[in-house]
Amino acid sequence: MSTQDPAAAPAARRPRIATVWLAGCSGCHMSFLDLDEWLFELSKLADVVYSPVADVKEYPENVDAVLVEGAVANVDNLELIRKVRARTGAVIAFGDCAITGNVTALRNRFVTPEELLRHAYVEEADFQPQVPGDRPLVPELLPKVLPVHQVVKVDAFLHGCPPPPHEIRSLLETLLGTPGEGAAAKMGKEENGEPKT
Amino acid sequence: MANPKPENSKARTLTIDPVTRLEGHAKITLHLDDKGRVADARFHVTEFRGFEKFCDGRPLWEMPGITGRICGICPVSHLLASAKAGDEILAVAVPSAATKLRRLMNLGQIVQSHALSFFHLSAPDLLLGMDSEPASRNVFGLMAAEPELARGGIRLRQFGQEIIESLGGKKIHPCWAVPGGVRGQLVDAKRTAMQDRIPEALRTAREALALFQKLASKFEEEAAALGDFPSLFMGLVGEDGTWEHYDGTLRFVDATGSLVADGLDPRDYRSFIGEATESWSYLKFPYYRDHGYPDGMYRVGPLARLNLCERMGTPLADEAWQQFRDTAGGKPVTSSFYYHYARLVEMVGAIERIEILLDDPEILSDQIRSNAGVNRLRGVGVSEAPRGTLFHDYTVDEHGLIEKTNMIIATGQNNLAMNRTVLQAAQHYITGNTIPEGLLNRIEAGVRAFDPCLSCSTHAFGQMPLQVALYGPEGGKLDERTRD
Ligand code: SF4
Repeated sequence: MSTQDPAAAPAARRPRIATVWLAGCSGCHMSFLDLDEWLFELSKLADVVYSPVADVKEYPENVDAVLVEGAVANVDNLELIRKVRARTGAVIAFGDCAITGNVTALRNRFVTPEELLRHAYVEEADFQPQVPGDRPLVPELLPKVLPVHQVVKVDAFLHGCPPPPHEIRSLLETLLGTPGEGAAAKMGKEENGEPKT
Repeated sequence: MANPKPENSKARTLTIDPVTRLEGHAKITLHLDDKGRVADARFHVTEFRGFEKFCDGRPLWEMPGITGRICGICPVSHLLASAKAGDEILAVAVPSAATKLRRLMNLGQIVQSHALSFFHLSAPDLLLGMDSEPASRNVFGLMAAEPELARGGIRLRQFGQEIIESLGGKKIHPCWAVPGGVRGQLVDAKRTAMQDRIPEALRTAREALALFQKLASKFEEEAAALGDFPSLFMGLVGEDGTWEHYDGTLRFVDATGSLVADGLDPRDYRSFIGEATESWSYLKFPYYRDHGYPDGMYRVGPLARLNLCERMGTPLADEAWQQFRDTAGGKPVTSSFYYHYARLVEMVGAIERIEILLDDPEILSDQIRSNAGVNRLRGVGVSEAPRGTLFHDYTVDEHGLIEKTNMIIATGQNNLAMNRTVLQAAQHYITGNTIPEGLLNRIEAGVRAFDPCLSCSTHAFGQMPLQVALYGPEGGKLDERTRD
């Protein structure tokens, strides 16, 4: 993100935030985009340094806060969330899949992922039925889908399927503060019925 | 590009990024023949969640709510296909107001999803340039460089999302459509609020269309190299060949515009669509059975729908459709790059149809649901998702508990064509044993034109993380690049 409004962040380093997508449906990210025009405000308050909706690079160092959508379902998710934890100040479990496993974890009642894979790729295939197994191109599924906090330390939880935009906004304002106005004051205002995004 | 390691002048292996596996969910490999030409290219989808199995034992009535969670971008498509499969199992007539309300929600979704694809995800390439600074080649960069356009796009997406919310109570994952109808009626105040926003929405969509038409000439090389090839096209079509998104019958046309099959009942999908599996992707490969695998490649989605219909059915969209088809002399448009164009035409048509539906007095009716128990043990529901035809096929026991589920996801049906697109781009841009600068962004743009909703089967969307590996004829890796 490139907008730099000098008035918005005098001298101090601009906060660096990120959003990450593990095994979820992208609905939590869509709810983030439902912040709509408030995204312009966000871009004054912070740099979004990594996100599937922005440009994807290697997950950077020194991220202040990250919203993590989705559960940990395969070895790629596992590798990424560990890297994210190591490089980030505050890890926020963003939405019910990240917090509990939610819909993504419905597969856990099956003994092994193999049963699922066989169903999808062998029983329901008409031509060359086989379980996709080219590693590491196609990552191995973990035996159980795990919520994020069972894999790494989580600093905050934002519930909902997906979390509603006004709650995402409150959380971001709390994290980022608002110039000339503390986060607490801002939150108080929201509670007092200021129109929500 | 990520910091290249110092290049050994003779080395054929250039590792651009030491990371062997990206956090992303799509990967690409290119395979060379012994003359050094690109012989094969593969687009690997690496995500799997298993909905088709874990729905077993769930009550039919839960299915719309669960399967909507397949995708946060097009939950309404799953909601509707699922409810329609349920309608079949109850074997009831859905009240006509409920059908209109469902259509309204689907149109709202087409607007929001197409707006996301065009403004948030693709406009950065089209307007800031495919070779522009990667750090700002995204929606935030667009907000900084073209604030008014970005604001218009954000508001247009919001318009679509608010239609969904006005009907279903929330923008994402409303559990609103159910077997037999819908659960909530439309109240007048919300109808008025939507009507008030139509002029702005229509203006924004038409401006975007005009902008694309103007820009198209700048991207002639991309249009030719990124997925321009003959294929079949499949989609729903209404009576008398009008563009359709909710009901109707299925039609296949070929690249010359000839009808290959018409009037197909979506319930018989298994008789004309087969599914293949490859060891290297979690996304299956549907094909048109009569032509076999992989020759039965077909494309679905906006490009297909515009190629196989005979009119849009609303005045502004009809005019735009004519211009679209004129770019190919009236024949089907074969370049996947023109998915963008088709999407914009559909957006205009969807807004016109929203206006017509909102003006219909029946839209406020409270007769919105037919109740019944299980009267059939199998039901197939179909809808046109923003990205193409979507099938849900359920078998239940006499209590309505799910015994078997099959779903054919829109993006999956473009899988063969996306692979062909990657191959064509690679063959166009690669001449030696190295991967030239700019290739990855082009390949990405080629895949992105399909607007792959990979969360239906994977995650990657927008600026997809890509890893491209170049293999020699013996299978040795010659070069590798990861997109920065
Ligand atoms: S919490 Fe809900 S909206 Fe978020 S990823 Fe999971 S299913 Fe999707």
